[in-house]
Amino acid sequence: MTVAVTDTGGPVGAVHRQGQWRTGLAILRRDLFVTGREFPVFLAQVILQPLFLLFVFGKVLTELGYARPGYELVLFPGLVALAAVLTGVQSTALPLVIEFSYSNEIEDRLLAPLPVGGVALEKVVFGAMRAFVAAVIMFPIGVWILGTIPWRATATPWVFLIIVLGSLLGSSMGLILGTYVPPHRINVTFALVLTPLIFTGCSQYAWPSLHNLRWFQVVCALNPMTYVSEALRGLMVPRVPHIPVGVCFAVATGYLVVLSVIGMIGFRRRALG
Amino acid sequence: MTTGANQRTIGLAPGRVTSSDALAVEVTDLAKRYTKAPTDSLGGVSFQVLQGEVFGFLGPNGAGKSTTIGILTTRIVPTRGRAVVAGVDVVADPVGARRVLGVVPQQNNLDRSLSVRQNLLFHASYHGVPRAERVRRADALLDQFGLADRPDGRPDDFSGGQIQRMMIARALMHAPSVLFLDEPSTGLDPAARLFLWEKVAELKAAGTTVVITTHDMDEAATLSDRVAIIDHGTLLALDTPAALVQGMASERTLDCAVDPGPGADVTALVAVIDALPGVRETEQLDDPATGGWRLRILVEGEAAGFVAPVAQAVAASGGSLTDARLGEPNLEDVFIHMTGRALR
Repeated sequence: MTVAVTDTGGPVGAVHRQGQWRTGLAILRRDLFVTGREFPVFLAQVILQPLFLLFVFGKVLTELGYARPGYELVLFPGLVALAAVLTGVQSTALPLVIEFSYSNEIEDRLLAPLPVGGVALEKVVFGAMRAFVAAVIMFPIGVWILGTIPWRATATPWVFLIIVLGSLLGSSMGLILGTYVPPHRINVTFALVLTPLIFTGCSQYAWPSLHNLRWFQVVCALNPMTYVSEALRGLMVPRVPHIPVGVCFAVATGYLVVLSVIGMIGFRRRALG
Repeated sequence: MTTGANQRTIGLAPGRVTSSDALAVEVTDLAKRYTKAPTDSLGGVSFQVLQGEVFGFLGPNGAGKSTTIGILTTRIVPTRGRAVVAGVDVVADPVGARRVLGVVPQQNNLDRSLSVRQNLLFHASYHGVPRAERVRRADALLDQFGLADRPDGRPDDFSGGQIQRMMIARALMHAPSVLFLDEPSTGLDPAARLFLWEKVAELKAAGTTVVITTHDMDEAATLSDRVAIIDHGTLLALDTPAALVQGMASERTLDCAVDPGPGADVTALVAVIDALPGVRETEQLDDPATGGWRLRILVEGEAAGFVAPVAQAVAASGGSLTDARLGEPNLEDVFIHMTGRALR
């Protein structure tokens, strides 16, 4: 992305807004530059957990007969959702905690000519970009481990969209964690938040199949990730019982709005004294 | 502490500001109370900084210096009042203000994932400086700040003085009209401090307005065109260092080191010295280096004549005078005079 300074001669407000976008993109370029330099490390970081889950649950357990054949079809869309949401949370929360407390690195960006919310937005977008890459990379990994993955060409744009939504959702949750949790509590918070998030997000089972375990079904319905898992399942393996895809999109979008507003408020509180 | 002196020195020296466009910073009744704090951290201060001047903020830790700088640099929202930097209201238009100001913070906040040169280049790109121009500026500033030999090193591999230089170079990348330096020489060795002072002088010569906070009297006196003395969130005095000291021209100081005898009481001794004719004020300075006491005595007229009576008073208290130095009053005395206590 090249930076071109052009004075449009238009109203001052328009020039300012143009400058703010340019600033936001420059900050995003910094994050992409740093991640790009350590791309293999980044990949290893995001791939390993879903890779093992897919291998053990989708391959080993089914081959040994502990899981029914066809379980991998239920599991795979859920793991794509898990990769998107989880990577989103981690990619946004951890750097924020460090930059706000130990390194103060974020100050230089907070002093850039951009509204404070713009810096928060950049953090969410960048975290979501990492999450998106992590989710998309699950597809070739799935083919490699399982031999074949459920795929419907007609659903591709919707699959793409729900992955983007799931990535943004995860990243917004990361914004909340990264701004509300004091640095010395981040370790315990991660343990307390991430584990329930991973296991109540319907990534390893379909939500309707929990009808005999009603209380757990209710708990799962509260997890935003459930709607990403279920939407992907509905789009990729429609014959598996699932929450209607339209409902999933609506609830996930609603969650995204609420969580990002809460996160923005937290970010402003941290950024401004 | 006499209030007459305060009233005399508060505000701008008469006739110095002729029109508002000569102002780099204009602060009116600026106040800040943090959430849950029982009192104001900044209690309604007003002052103006002229374009091209070096303006020093002098005060102890917690006096309100950093809060003021924080508000002026858009990082802290004031409870009330108005602050304008280079013609831009920092509360109404913080984004616009960030374009025209540069900040060198107290603590290292360099981007540790980037090299020295990249820190400069990315900072300029955040501020929309075109590519060719930012490369040119980065090279020039690396050279000017003695960093050109290791432009690709990471900030973590450099000394405190070098980090400080990097942060100043970075702040200058977008050519700010006003540069804020928050406690710039804290933790620097003497050589690094001198380098910093030289650079501030160069910036002033180049027409940049510099606002500097410090709790170092020498630094304030050497660098600043004008000094604001701030304590407990209140502006106590504002004038040139010379004028501030001149306000105490009839006074001289006598610095004494006392080796107290067994059971000696410093309060009693101070009371005795204070009662000597011609003694204005006696201040006990903290001196953790020795077991003794350090007293600064403000006297009227020549200080030499007070050595003998003070020595007698010390002897009468059961201790002995181990050192006595005569001095002209300096900013530190002004500060003690204003606040009734030592700065360090």
